[in-house]
Amino acid sequence: MSGSNRVTRRDFIKVTTGAVGGLITLVMGIPALGYLIDPALRENKAGKPVMVGNLADIPVGTPYHFSFTLTKVNGWERTASTFGGFILRKTEDPKDIIILSSRCTHLSCRVNWNEDAGAFLCPCHDAKFSPEGQVLDGPPPEPLRRFAYEVGADGAITITPVELKEG
Amino acid sequence: MWNTLYNWLDERLGLNDLYTNLLDRPEPLGNWWNTLGSASLFLFLLQGATGIFLTVYYTPSPDHAYDSIQYIMNDVAFGWLIRGIHHWGASLMVLVVFIHMLRVFVTASYKYPRELTWLVGIGLLLMTLGMGFTGYLLPWHQMAYWATTVGTQIAGSLPFLGDFVLKTLRGGPDLSALTLQRFFAAHIWILPAALVALIGAHLYLIIKHGESHFPDPED
Repeated sequence: MSGSNRVTRRDFIKVTTGAVGGLITLVMGIPALGYLIDPALRENKAGKPVMVGNLADIPVGTPYHFSFTLTKVNGWERTASTFGGFILRKTEDPKDIIILSSRCTHLSCRVNWNEDAGAFLCPCHDAKFSPEGQVLDGPPPEPLRRFAYEVGADGAITITPVELKEG
Repeated sequence: MWNTLYNWLDERLGLNDLYTNLLDRPEPLGNWWNTLGSASLFLFLLQGATGIFLTVYYTPSPDHAYDSIQYIMNDVAFGWLIRGIHHWGASLMVLVVFIHMLRVFVTASYKYPRELTWLVGIGLLLMTLGMGFTGYLLPWHQMAYWATTVGTQIAGSLPFLGDFVLKTLRGGPDLSALTLQRFFAAHIWILPAALVALIGAHLYLIIKHGESHFPDPED
């Protein structure tokens, strides 16, 4: 601060050490961070369509439970996970159906159909959903998710195993 | 602001004393051979850091060990770099520790009052070799498998206790999942814990006695 432009040896060493240290931190820090968050940067691939039932077997008005297994490659291993849902035929019309995921929108427990209550109940935090998936009671922030589906000529129902928001 | 904060911390932690005693202590005339101990310490910390990172993906099971390492090398971002540093750092650490020992021997730095520093150093050398031996099995490829077969068989040639030592090392009469698991435990928990303790003792003794000067014709 004496107005001189001369850099003292001590200051030069300090700045150089700081700069080299900073560079090393960056050069090692970025790969280390990338290494840790790598799985989060991968894209979720949608599974192949799954056959979940046939119109002929499904009563009108009562949710029909189905489940399916998806095998995904996670890292060096193939992991099979089971998912489930409900098909609701609202009328005899083969197009008038709703397919819900059984994953509760609160914290991902699996809901069950309860005939007496006439509703889907979640065993974890007492959530209650209507047969069409609307929240009736409890903590869930939104209705049950749905699956896109196709009904074949023979009545076979096929879903795309990706949960969609209602509408 | 920063000064006030620093002074507050210094009063309670004694930062200035630490700095003076640890980093600003008197040294004999500079010599590059005297940096090998610090180099060993740095390599130990580097191996520790990269090793911790490797355990994020590595699985110590015969079914998955090899595949998980292939995954680290080919699929995880910078996995090749982390494992590469750990792999080459391991060899480099054995080399640097060994040359460090040679330097202490040649300059006779192990003499009074530093005999204990030398003895602790022997422990550190053996632990470092133990880290190399246990880490070598973990990739679970042919080279690792047979190197460990031979290594444990050599330990098994000990008179009287040989069979016991061999079974203790392998976790049974043959190389198996138990061997991989206990080598993994030794590699990431037991030996590192022992190393940290011994490094602490080694550093305390070095700071306590200061570094020895190079012998001159007067000595």
